[in-house]
Amino acid sequence: MSTLTPAEPRSSVPAPHARTNGSRRRGKSRMDPTRNNTAAGIAAWLLALLFAVPVLWMILTSFHSEVDAATNPPSIAADLNLDAYKEFFGATSGVSPWPSLINSATASIFSTVLVLLLAIPAAYALSIRPVKKWTDVLFFFLSTKMMPVVAAVLPLYLFAKTAGALDNIWFLGLMYTSMNLPIAVWMMRSFLDEVPVEMLEASQIDGAGLLLTLRKVVAPVAMPGIAATALICFIFSWNELLLARVLTGVVAGTAPVFLTGLVSSQGLFIAKVCAAAVVVSLPVLFAGFAAQDKLVQGLSLGAVK
Amino acid sequence: MTTATARVSRHGSSTAKPSKNARARERAVAWARRAPLLPALIFLIIVTQLPFVVTLIISFMNWNSLSPDKTGFAGFDNYVQILTDPYFLQAIVTTIVETVSVVLVSLVLGLGLALLLDKKFIGRGLARTMLIAPFLIVPVAAALIWKHAILNPVYGLINGTLTWVWALFGSDTPPQPDLLSSAPLMAIIVSLIWQWTPFMMLILLAGLQSRPMDTVEAAQMDGATPWAIFRHLTLPHLRQYLELGGLLGAIYIVQNFDATFVITSGGLGTANLPYAIYETFYYANEYGLASAAGVVVVIGTIIVATFALRTVFSLFKKEAAR
Repeated sequence: MSTLTPAEPRSSVPAPHARTNGSRRRGKSRMDPTRNNTAAGIAAWLLALLFAVPVLWMILTSFHSEVDAATNPPSIAADLNLDAYKEFFGATSGVSPWPSLINSATASIFSTVLVLLLAIPAAYALSIRPVKKWTDVLFFFLSTKMMPVVAAVLPLYLFAKTAGALDNIWFLGLMYTSMNLPIAVWMMRSFLDEVPVEMLEASQIDGAGLLLTLRKVVAPVAMPGIAATALICFIFSWNELLLARVLTGVVAGTAPVFLTGLVSSQGLFIAKVCAAAVVVSLPVLFAGFAAQDKLVQGLSLGAVK
Repeated sequence: MTTATARVSRHGSSTAKPSKNARARERAVAWARRAPLLPALIFLIIVTQLPFVVTLIISFMNWNSLSPDKTGFAGFDNYVQILTDPYFLQAIVTTIVETVSVVLVSLVLGLGLALLLDKKFIGRGLARTMLIAPFLIVPVAAALIWKHAILNPVYGLINGTLTWVWALFGSDTPPQPDLLSSAPLMAIIVSLIWQWTPFMMLILLAGLQSRPMDTVEAAQMDGATPWAIFRHLTLPHLRQYLELGGLLGAIYIVQNFDATFVITSGGLGTANLPYAIYETFYYANEYGLASAAGVVVVIGTIIVATFALRTVFSLFKKEAAR
């Protein structure tokens, strides 16, 4: 393998081996894969553009005037302006989306903090110092996620009504905590599993206390995972509609609820809807791309690294 | 958990004194291990299991909040109604069709995209970012865009593009389909596939990149065709990733509410079970009926989950044996 003879030019030998024979590095052996990659690249780009079209169209239309947004065929090269954004923020209607955006932020951040406070210790007890039958506990957590929210929403609504917690953003935050806690425990367990056992044992032998071990051994390894878990939980809370729709009203309505009420008005509204979709999706896009490196591991609950 | 503890303490009391101390210490250690787990466990039981018990109770009751005087025990009446009422039967069918088609199509598309992105090409990072974007649009916003900016029969992007293409060939009678009313369920399904394909792609791409390359190279050396390599090496390796993506996708798509609510408001036979239940208790105030439908959903999920969980368990078993 270490020497590449001209007798086997068609075998696709990986670069490290080929490097032993410098003159052949750009030889025939690399040509086939390169040509394949060009075709794959073009196909991938076309499909990526196709998938991005609705997003790009949404962004472009949000900068068009309502008249230009409602033409057939579409006015791609129409003048750009910020009217739709001004409209969304209540320039003429006087209805501001800010309360709903602040409600969404409140519920999402409150529930994410609470989820982390509950999930990190739980994951510790399922990973670093596991309890007996930890797999059963883990699957109990997952099974609660399999129960559709809709099967529990009526009792929650009735409870909130009796307890005076209807239209209360903190109660909604508590519901989001229960919605995200099972998956957060799974994600977090996967990230804590990456802490090397040897390092934990070494710190124990050295007589380091629990807090010191957590701070010096566990935290540095688990921190990116904790951040990714937090971002994913934030996204799920920010996106949620059913519970928000049932449990909130005028005071505590969230951004998704506000979006559903946007289209009741008469007249042209496409550009405004696009601007609204851009504004409400921005936090999710930021959070998603910030968590990109750990997104797959998090979303697959740790099954995929 | 409690039974295990009880057994330990019972054993402890029957043995000699020094050993009793040891048992007590052991028990303390066991509880110290459990302690960090308890807040999360208790919170989750109170907020998810307790409400379901209430749902179960209400499902056997005659309860319409608009006529409270008729409230009472109903036996299995609500369940009989769910399984005979055309509205709910349609909702069950819609839920199955929607979930299965969205999961399967986005898995196939995600697999194709993952295979392409597994190769090196110019701008791969940017293409990957563009492909993830649909997953990072708020579902309500995505549904609004599909309904008003893309599928709208008068000035949506699809019909606008058809007009433009037909005009290129000198025709002023382009087809202008109204998919929102002629194929409303299809409209919901397409928008969900668009959102979930990136999710499947990400999981399958990670699976492809964890593939042991030495066997692939050996096969290439032996002159295996790309199709044979895909069929006999790549696909078996990806199997568990396909199953995982399918399971996780199904958990979320079965619960789809946003797309149905925004695109059709459940009209024209597009109401799935979550939407039907929402409508039954929120607008019709039929609490007993809605609860029975909720129990039916949970039973269905449990049946699917017992098979699915076994699959997932095999995947995690490898990983758990660290």
